[in-house]
Amino acid sequence: MDINAYITSGILELYVAGSLSEKENAEVYELMQKHPEILKEVLEIEAAVIKLTASTSQRNNDHILQSVKQELGIDRKQTKVVSLTKSKYNWITYTGWAASIALAAGLLWTLNKNKELKSDIQVAETQQSLLETQIEFSKNSLAEANTLISVLRDDNISRIPLAGQGNFPDTYAKVYWDKDANRIFLDAEGLPDPPEGKVYQVWSLTLNPLTPTSLGIIDDFINDSNKIFEIENANKSEAFGITLEPTGGSATPTMEQLYTLGIVESS
Amino acid sequence: MNVDQLVKKFQQKDVKAFEELYVMYSESMHGVIYNIVRDYNIAEEIMQDVFIKIWNKSDSYSPQKGRFFTWILNIARNAAIDKTRSKNFKKSKQNLDASFFVDIIKSNDNLDHKTDAIGIKAFVSKLAEKCKEVIELLYFKGYTQSEASEVLDIPIGTIKTRNRNCIQELRHMVLK
Repeated sequence: MDINAYITSGILELYVAGSLSEKENAEVYELMQKHPEILKEVLEIEAAVIKLTASTSQRNNDHILQSVKQELGIDRKQTKVVSLTKSKYNWITYTGWAASIALAAGLLWTLNKNKELKSDIQVAETQQSLLETQIEFSKNSLAEANTLISVLRDDNISRIPLAGQGNFPDTYAKVYWDKDANRIFLDAEGLPDPPEGKVYQVWSLTLNPLTPTSLGIIDDFINDSNKIFEIENANKSEAFGITLEPTGGSATPTMEQLYTLGIVESS
Repeated sequence: MNVDQLVKKFQQKDVKAFEELYVMYSESMHGVIYNIVRDYNIAEEIMQDVFIKIWNKSDSYSPQKGRFFTWILNIARNAAIDKTRSKNFKKSKQNLDASFFVDIIKSNDNLDHKTDAIGIKAFVSKLAEKCKEVIELLYFKGYTQSEASEVLDIPIGTIKTRNRNCIQELRHMVLK
């Protein structure tokens, strides 16, 4: 079986959520024993979910454990202390013990302090790396946004609105065609997420005779946050269309699944 | 010692193992319970019941049935949901459905002392509305895939892929 496809199917996330059937649970368990990469994936999902759910807890819960143990009668602190009968030790023994206990306590304190400092450093490092990631992310978004603005301002760029077709009257999209650079920017905000196993495919069309040329598929539609896609187009397009096709795309457009279409105004 | 060994010792009524498991999961359970009942006193009561039940019923857990975390998550969610169905509770609480877990996290000052606070807070504030819904239903409320698909009115396969994408994003933010 294809382990990778199994992992990316999303079944393991449901496994951790507890929303699978008993039979499915048993299957996942079997596979986890055989494939360490599945186990690893499950452990990571679980760790992330634990962190997320723990973040909605605003209280310290330690005292609850205490009352649970008391209720169950398993409180270790309550076990009886047997008192010593008549001591036969002299004061030297006691001072010796006291000194070593004080020393041990001192050592423990230093160790503890050291541990605390180390964890502080770790906290700071984690925060730093998070901030770095955020800055990097913002830089990228800014660069993307600047490109888009320059495209929108450019006079040589044709704007072609694509209107909803047939069964999909509510959908829409817009194409910005930069003929000099042989590329289009497709704004697909007005399309719904494609169902599983399907992708959107973009077509360039010439009208007389009607000839579609595939410009490619949008296989990362769901994850793209601004839904603007840059696509190469060196064709002499007279119209643009978007259809829904099986994963991997099709050689010719499936006309019943034509979502939006728009004709290029001749200038 | 890994979790599986710890759970095994816990099932043999080892108090220390029980304490360790409590440390690992109690915050998460408290978060889930509080998100459902939105009342500290009631949440504390349910926490006690849940961990007493976990100790008493430890025999009924087996790894073939799912993760230990998932097992106690189920017990906690069910206990909290049962509570919200009781008469007294209904009278005292009116407006429970108004907010998501996300709002609790955003207002959680306690988080600022924790290592991954920034990650979690950044994650939830960036989180798309559709991720919020799906995570709330599947993890905090214990809906099955098909129940969630019905409530949100989206295809069952979409629930699966959407949830996968949302959790991927979460992992990216909090696990480094």
